[in-house]
Amino acid sequence: MNLKLALRLLVLAFATVVIQQAAISQISIFGVSADLGPLVVMSVGLLAGSMAGAITGFGTGLLVDLVLVQTLGVTSLLYIAIGYWSGRLRELRDPAHGLVPLALGAAVTAFAGLGMALIQFLLGVNAPVSLLLFQQIFITVLVNSLIALPVFAIVRRLIRPTLPDDPRRRRRRAYTTGGLSPLSRPSERLGPIPRSSTR
Amino acid sequence: MHDKQVRRRRAILGVLVGVSLILLTAYFGESSSSPLHTVQRGVVEVLSPVQEGASKALKPVRDVAGWFSDTLSAKSRSDQLQRQVNTLRAQLAHAQAAELQNRQLTKLVGLDNALGIESYHAVAAHVISRDPTLWYATIEVDKGSDDGVHVDDPVIGDGGLVGKISTVDPTVSVVTLITDHSMAVAAQIQDAGGDTGVLVPAVGDPNQLLVQDLPQSGPFHEAVGQQVVTAGFKAGPLQSLYPPGIPIGQISSASESNLLNDGQVQVNPAVDLRHLDAVQILTKPHGGTERAQLP
Repeated sequence: MNLKLALRLLVLAFATVVIQQAAISQISIFGVSADLGPLVVMSVGLLAGSMAGAITGFGTGLLVDLVLVQTLGVTSLLYIAIGYWSGRLRELRDPAHGLVPLALGAAVTAFAGLGMALIQFLLGVNAPVSLLLFQQIFITVLVNSLIALPVFAIVRRLIRPTLPDDPRRRRRRAYTTGGLSPLSRPSERLGPIPRSSTR
Repeated sequence: MHDKQVRRRRAILGVLVGVSLILLTAYFGESSSSPLHTVQRGVVEVLSPVQEGASKALKPVRDVAGWFSDTLSAKSRSDQLQRQVNTLRAQLAHAQAAELQNRQLTKLVGLDNALGIESYHAVAAHVISRDPTLWYATIEVDKGSDDGVHVDDPVIGDGGLVGKISTVDPTVSVVTLITDHSMAVAAQIQDAGGDTGVLVPAVGDPNQLLVQDLPQSGPFHEAVGQQVVTAGFKAGPLQSLYPPGIPIGQISSASESNLLNDGQVQVNPAVDLRHLDAVQILTKPHGGTERAQLP
């Protein structure tokens, strides 16, 4: 991870937490608020890889816990997993479909909601498993799905100039230069076939 | 080369998870004056001007979103509120008569009314950030120890009890809401019997509170709709954190089985904790009196 990328990720994490606390969490949609944290960490993982995702997840989670005066480490733990696995998805599958951030945004929001509930219970919050809790997690997933694509686009715009190699750019470059395209003609790519090799 | 990268990645992941677990364990076992808590308060103090500025700058965005949200919900609430107005009018007539009688009796008996809300010095504060999770545990306000705020000061807003101050810095404070699992408040049901119990949150359900330890008797069907207020108590040097008579909510459900088995009823909070913009902190000198932690 280069220094420019690290700086941008630091600013991104800080801005995410401030905007989330000062504005987004005060806007209620169907009784819940959108949660930018998992979406931003997921986007970073998907764009910059598992290590950058995990480190951004740790930093963002720690900042959330510090600002909200919560038990330190809880949100970090969840966001590390989100950032790391989003990054691994990029490294192993390199998903190209435009709706991947939407699906992944829904998945990581559900993971964050259920994970937070589980950790709260493990920490001794004596609470019944409420149907409303699951209902609210479900609505949060829907709301976050709606904003997942714009959030991904913003994060991509912010950190793309510092990324060493964006898989989509690499693929586009390969296609436009004929490097990996199945439609490219061998004669143009490889040059003239020597007559001796055909004998 | 590839193996080296994999090892490096796993090492970093292990370190991050390890640090998180160490922080979690250390923080969970610490007292509120320990180093991690102090660092946390320092960060809150440093970031509070930024959050305050962002909160003010982004208010128009919140207002626009809030307008759409409120318009959608206003229609459905209109009928419900009309019914409530009719009920409250009837209750008001009873209450005014009771208040008059109460004043006369208080003068007559010479009861000590020092626990009234007037004896607390209310400090108005703006909400500058809030917990975005479904647990709705805390909000942060822009008044602190410089304004006379202390830890455990009660916080009210929007016509009801909001919570209490849990962390104080010179310019900001953190309010633990009544929906937080650590909260418990001595509550009184405003029925003929004036039954008292302990109000606790239904954790994970921000729209519900529970009054527990109620007497296991009474006409159950009449309980629904009754107002629940802070009980307030004074026993020697100890007194409740909350003055008596602050509205907490309204009983929403009181099943016979719950009341008989657990002595509990469900309460809808009077305050919409998700939409608080301003609160009042009831500050009070602590000299001479210790205040009970719970309830």
